[in-house]
Amino acid sequence: MKSYALFLGCTIPARQLNYEISARKALKALGIDLVDLDGMSCCAPPPIESVAVDASLAVSAYNICLAEEAGLDLLTICSGCFQSLARTNELLKRNSQLRKRVNQILSKIGKEFKGSIEVKHYLKVLHDEVGVEEVRRNVTKQLKNIKAAPFYGCHLLRPSELLKFDDPEKPRILDDLIEALGAKSIDYLDKLKCCGGLLRGYDDDLALELARDKVMKASKAGADCIVTVCPFCFINLDLGQIQIARKYNENYSLPIVHYSELLCLAMGVEAKELSPRSHRVKIDKLLEKIV
Amino acid sequence: MIRVSADFAKEVKKRLGGETITNCYQCGTCTSSCPVARVTNRFNPRKLIVQSLRGKRDDVLTGEMIWLCCSCFNCQERCPQRVEIADLIYALRNIAISEGNVPNIYSEFVSALYSEGKLVKVAGFTEKQRENFGLPPLKKPDVEAIRAILAETSFGEVLKVLEGKE
Repeated sequence: MKSYALFLGCTIPARQLNYEISARKALKALGIDLVDLDGMSCCAPPPIESVAVDASLAVSAYNICLAEEAGLDLLTICSGCFQSLARTNELLKRNSQLRKRVNQILSKIGKEFKGSIEVKHYLKVLHDEVGVEEVRRNVTKQLKNIKAAPFYGCHLLRPSELLKFDDPEKPRILDDLIEALGAKSIDYLDKLKCCGGLLRGYDDDLALELARDKVMKASKAGADCIVTVCPFCFINLDLGQIQIARKYNENYSLPIVHYSELLCLAMGVEAKELSPRSHRVKIDKLLEKIV
Repeated sequence: MIRVSADFAKEVKKRLGGETITNCYQCGTCTSSCPVARVTNRFNPRKLIVQSLRGKRDDVLTGEMIWLCCSCFNCQERCPQRVEIADLIYALRNIAISEGNVPNIYSEFVSALYSEGKLVKVAGFTEKQRENFGLPPLKKPDVEAIRAILAETSFGEVLKVLEGKE
């Protein structure tokens, strides 16, 4: 059993218990051991990079240091955390000048970035380490009636040169993992286009317009659900639909589920164990299709 | 009066994230790849870059455009000149914020990180729910360590700017 330091981040443990519960259950069942380390903070994502890039790099490197000290690779569930930590890790490994600058900051609290670990998103671990076949072998329920629209989001894929997650223009990992569950992974227009989630708080109307486009196009393609891997995509598409109904008088009622939720359901975990009330758009219609 | 600062591109280039600005040859691949530009003409990354290159410092730093990037990195992925456009926009935001142009939501991010070491607070109700679902108690961030780190970066200057505004 491989152990990883779990990086939970800010949003998931506070707002999306459906994601945390399902990810912990699924990974454990598939032989991945997660260790909760002391002291992990915010990953210092785009909102902090926007304020001070140097602070973002240093805080992100600090979290990596904690995993280095524990001798564990870092595993993230949130794509935002993945991008911040994986980018910093790669940048500091490559650029000795930048590493020196960051280490000077970290030396004030007795830390040093060494570049001794990897940062991985759990989808990659499922795909490359557990393996698609092993995921398939653990499926006990029939999902063949489900047409799932995979949504990779942005921060899992780009900048690909640093993140090296999958082909940024033609990714397959999430599609493969959905099909391993027996569901159909469907294609839809603008599949890789951003949901607009990070505009929330600055320009909510614009964020909603982008979310609406996403939900509309997945709906038109006949999706029974959109499968997400990022808490901000989830909020913008799930809570977003309640706001879309109010603002545009359009009711899509398209369930938004994180991949780990679908995985748990396919492995026979009861929906009520997965904090179904974390969803604003009801997922009952989707659950009825699982036999 | 429009102030033009020929040195602005140099200033941006010196910033973390801004290093690649002068690679731009204005092909517009960024704007045609941009999900925000597709729905509004309030945002146009190609224009933002040319304004910066032409030294329109005030327009760039006090306008709304720099805040409308959704950080999707599509432009950066596709730029044939390897301009790191999303990073460049962070650099522009860093300058704007250091000069006191701070949108409210960013003031909130700053104070959350400084006071909690996290951007989202866990409500008492959620702690209870976590317990009910059998989740482990949450480990706490080391806020003192985070503050010590932040004080060594330009974040410290931002805190002073925000205090001055109050």
